[in-house]
Amino acid sequence: MDNAPVIEVRDLCTRFGEAVVHDHISLAVQRGEIFALAGASGCGKSTLLREIILLHPPISGAIRVFGHNTMGLSAAEALPLRRRWGVMFERGALFTSLTVAENVGLPLREHTALRTEFIDALAAVKIALAGLPPSAGVKYPNELSGGMRKRAALARAIALDPELLFLDEPTAGLDPLSAGGFDQLVLHLKERLGLTIMIVTHDLDLLWRVADRVAMLGEGKLLGIGTMDALSRIDHPLIHEYFYGPRGRAAREQSWKRK
Amino acid sequence: MPTTEARLDFPAGGAEIRAHGDWTLTGIATLEQRLAAMPWPTAAALTLDASAIAAMDTAGAWLLRHILNLLNGTGHRVSLHGLRAAHSALLQMIEAAPPAPARPPAPPGLLAAVGRNVWRGLTQGAAMLTFIGENTLAALTLLRHPKRIRWRAVLHNLQNDGFNALPITGLLAFLMGIVIAYQGAEQLRRYGANIFVVDLVGLSMLRELGPLLTAIIVAGRSGSAYAAQIGTMQVTEEIDAMQTIGIAPLDLLVLPKVIALMIALPLLTVFADILGVLGGMVMAQSQLGVGHLEFITRFASAVKLSSYLVGIGKAPVFAFIIAIVGCFQGFQVRGGADSVGRQTTISVVQAIFLVIVADALFSILFSWLKI
Repeated sequence: MDNAPVIEVRDLCTRFGEAVVHDHISLAVQRGEIFALAGASGCGKSTLLREIILLHPPISGAIRVFGHNTMGLSAAEALPLRRRWGVMFERGALFTSLTVAENVGLPLREHTALRTEFIDALAAVKIALAGLPPSAGVKYPNELSGGMRKRAALARAIALDPELLFLDEPTAGLDPLSAGGFDQLVLHLKERLGLTIMIVTHDLDLLWRVADRVAMLGEGKLLGIGTMDALSRIDHPLIHEYFYGPRGRAAREQSWKRK
Repeated sequence: MPTTEARLDFPAGGAEIRAHGDWTLTGIATLEQRLAAMPWPTAAALTLDASAIAAMDTAGAWLLRHILNLLNGTGHRVSLHGLRAAHSALLQMIEAAPPAPARPPAPPGLLAAVGRNVWRGLTQGAAMLTFIGENTLAALTLLRHPKRIRWRAVLHNLQNDGFNALPITGLLAFLMGIVIAYQGAEQLRRYGANIFVVDLVGLSMLRELGPLLTAIIVAGRSGSAYAAQIGTMQVTEEIDAMQTIGIAPLDLLVLPKVIALMIALPLLTVFADILGVLGGMVMAQSQLGVGHLEFITRFASAVKLSSYLVGIGKAPVFAFIIAIVGCFQGFQVRGGADSVGRQTTISVVQAIFLVIVADALFSILFSWLKI
């Protein structure tokens, strides 16, 4: 495999009206790593994610995914790229009129010529990989608990065996036990499927436990990038606040105990 | 990188199967479709050489597992060789996953479907009656404490569902007046009874078409909006939040709509009556030569006050039906976007249906009372 970064963001600027969200941000995600975007609420991490997955056009700058420039692509040109990544949205975004199995099977039905039985079987495999019981497949999303809905969304995100997986706030709204289970699941999937994963989160536990590298956004700029250990040593008031606030300290101590 | 298709080769006469290519989602489609017609070797002991598999993902691993199961299930003994460590890990992971996808329950038979639909209809009817009852109780409570009526919401609904509906209601009523006069003109001229166009337009517009037309427009315009608004709030748990804060959803969402629509619909009907008659008047002059003054003079004697009041009197009842049905269907939403769409459709169809039924009942009642 080549060593070119999977995602490369260069000099990215985003504005909503007068509000500057991103002010010349540059970062790169390497193949096979778990990269996290962190920062306080409203710092533009979800917007950055939406720009990378072609849902929102930035004002200026360049984004390259798999070495392809993604700026100004037509829908037809973007499709081959979109098929190579899977996205799990914050609130699941499962189609409420379809069962979980149909939700997971939908990308397969759309994009492959496989027979229905095979797609059903494959969907069942993905549902199991996401840690759901087989009985969840025939249920509708509104019959599932919040944690199960996230797992179902993850199953849909990995339906096409993507090389790159985007997770938007994967543990938000989960109880600590489910969130812990999700950490394990993410690590497990990365290991087994050889995925590159980009996580948008402000869950400190998740950052300490699964992220290889973290980019910290704040005030429209990239405050720091590196491992959590390296970031925690950067002397910047916002980062300091993030890491040494009461919750930050607790999460950090937890991770030390684990090591 | 380009994908090479996944293939299985059977070197002549051997007990060996060789797997090639990319065993990935994009690579296995053809192989998967041809699986049933594969010329499997007949030897009992087979070896599957997987060393030439270039790439593999979970779909490919599942297919390989499926093939192994297939061969083992038909009396062969297959040994797998040369699988790469990474691919072998994938295969193990697939094996750990339970294979049989749960089947959705079979659709019910004809009899069961009929039974279910009848039952659903009955429970819906009962739920609707309960809803009307709850609202009546809430309304009575509000009558005892008039200060608690949400006047702001009432006024908002009055503007949205009444005032803002004036242009479309007026336009359609005007066109309706034109159509009636135009259709009648041909017949009336034949008998030289031109002046009776006033009776035709006046009575039909004021007694029937004015109220009915307005009710149908408002059902499509506002009834659907009520259902969609309340339904979406149901999906986003806003109704639950309202209850938690201690606001009765009926007080805030339903009663102001009912009150506002019961005020707005009669007024809209008056407006529709006027423009409908105006449309007829324009047509009467251009087609039948009945002048405006002549039309108005005749109107006073041809159309009794009771006809006008009968039309206006029906409007509050129609308004009640439209508002209650729209809100009720909104509260019936369960689940998500799909359900919101379904209940909104039902609300419009049901409201129009019930309005026409009520209109028919009114006709019977009025002819019985000789009004």
